[in-house]
Amino acid sequence: MDLLNSKLGRYTLGVAAHLLLLLAWYLFVRLGEVPKFVMPSPGDTLAALFVADYGWWSNTLVTATEIFGGYSLALVVGVLLALLFTWSKTLEALMLPLLVTLNMIPKVALGPLIIVWFKYGVFPNSMMAFSIAVFPILLTTARGLREIEPDLLDLVRSLRGSRWQLFTKIQLPGALPYVFAGMKVAAILAVAGAIVGEFLGSDRGLGYLMLQVQVTLDTPAMFMAVILITLLGMLLYGLVMLLEHLFVVKDARVS
Amino acid sequence: MNPAVTAAAPDAPHPAGTGPATQAFIHLAGVSKVYRSGRKEHLAISDATFDVMPGELVALVGPSGCGKSTLLKILAGLHGHDQGTVRIGSDAHPFDPARDIGMVFQAPLLLKWRRIIDNVLLPAELLGLPMAAARARARELLALVGLTGAEDKYPYELSGGMQQRAAIARSLIHDPKLVLMDEPFGALDALTREKMNLELLRIWKESGKTIVFVTHGISEAVFLGSRVVVLTPGPARMADNFEIHLPHPRTLDMKTQEQFGVYTRRIYRLLGME
Repeated sequence: MDLLNSKLGRYTLGVAAHLLLLLAWYLFVRLGEVPKFVMPSPGDTLAALFVADYGWWSNTLVTATEIFGGYSLALVVGVLLALLFTWSKTLEALMLPLLVTLNMIPKVALGPLIIVWFKYGVFPNSMMAFSIAVFPILLTTARGLREIEPDLLDLVRSLRGSRWQLFTKIQLPGALPYVFAGMKVAAILAVAGAIVGEFLGSDRGLGYLMLQVQVTLDTPAMFMAVILITLLGMLLYGLVMLLEHLFVVKDARVS
Repeated sequence: MNPAVTAAAPDAPHPAGTGPATQAFIHLAGVSKVYRSGRKEHLAISDATFDVMPGELVALVGPSGCGKSTLLKILAGLHGHDQGTVRIGSDAHPFDPARDIGMVFQAPLLLKWRRIIDNVLLPAELLGLPMAAARARARELLALVGLTGAEDKYPYELSGGMQQRAAIARSLIHDPKLVLMDEPFGALDALTREKMNLELLRIWKESGKTIVFVTHGISEAVFLGSRVVVLTPGPARMADNFEIHLPHPRTLDMKTQEQFGVYTRRIYRLLGME
């Protein structure tokens, strides 16, 4: 009971759940005598990290660059476009329906096109991450900027507050929780985007590495790659959470 | 914003029959307003004729659709009106529509990301007042509304009643001559509401502001108002305007007195509820 009510208790339970999964994984492989190429044990997976040929560090760095690059660009473009929309209602009315339609395109389907346009490499994969991450940021930010209490608007008007004051003192800080909500969704999508990009065409990165070791049935290395990709995603998500914690008051956060 | 709402210039002639000593702070005569959407017309208020003296607390009471909020927005300069005269301010009490209005709404509308004191300071920021002096005044006002110690809290840390106190402090920060309140206690529970009524009367006395208070609570209107203006719907119009001769300071047990009942019955009758 105490575990549920204290912060430390909940933290302990969370760690315990992860450790239990590891244990279950280990026991399943060990007791079930599952072949290594089907499912390696946690130990075998860790051992794959020491195969120098795989260039884990440089491949991880490449994938991280793609994810963070595409994500940062999505953040800048998404927020800027949303801001543009609040300043021009015409532009918003013109562009928003179009963007909703574009959002419906499965971005993964653009992969082959992106390769045609930008060739192989870090840049096209960043574009893949960007194209998939930009929409949630743009759409939630635009929504956040639009959400303003009519009475609050009256309060500002009764004091002859300027459009700029309304924007800087009320709209922008009010939209910040929405920006973060969009950023969290986008963080998960950006990772998927970068990896899909690497699957489709690449000569570096963790996704590329996975395709290489698949040929030799080095399942432990594939497991390790998945774990590293997940850790990259967690790093990005954690960073967003940290920033949200610093900049958004508890009660204002959008879950 | 609305040319018909005029701030009386200090040298403006007095309206007929009123000397400087008795000149009203707000003068409304035959005010009406029609909302148009497409070809549909909706009469939001009509026949509104009443004066508010400087330092008076006037309660506008009526059911929803009677035009009380519309009237408040006309006074705030947020809406224009179609007919009649609206004059705010007098020789003795000149009125600047840009900085002499404080507003309190049904919801506290505090900015979640600002501490209480910074919420109170919002109008001062919008008006570009000197901030050091405003900050000192904000502390005094928070003390006035009973929120000493809550300066650095965030809105979510306060109860609904306390948030509304902060909203009242915010409405006073720029020292407006007129405070407009639109059902400010409508969202509070009954006990908190009674308590806030007493608090408001105290704040009103101490601040000396002219207050126009919109409510659909009949006994709240009688309890708070030095004057009550009754509005009725269908069509929206002003139906009555009378002074409340109950002594100040008002106490809750006045509500059980006969005179209180006379006033509330008068309003119930106008609203067709008796």
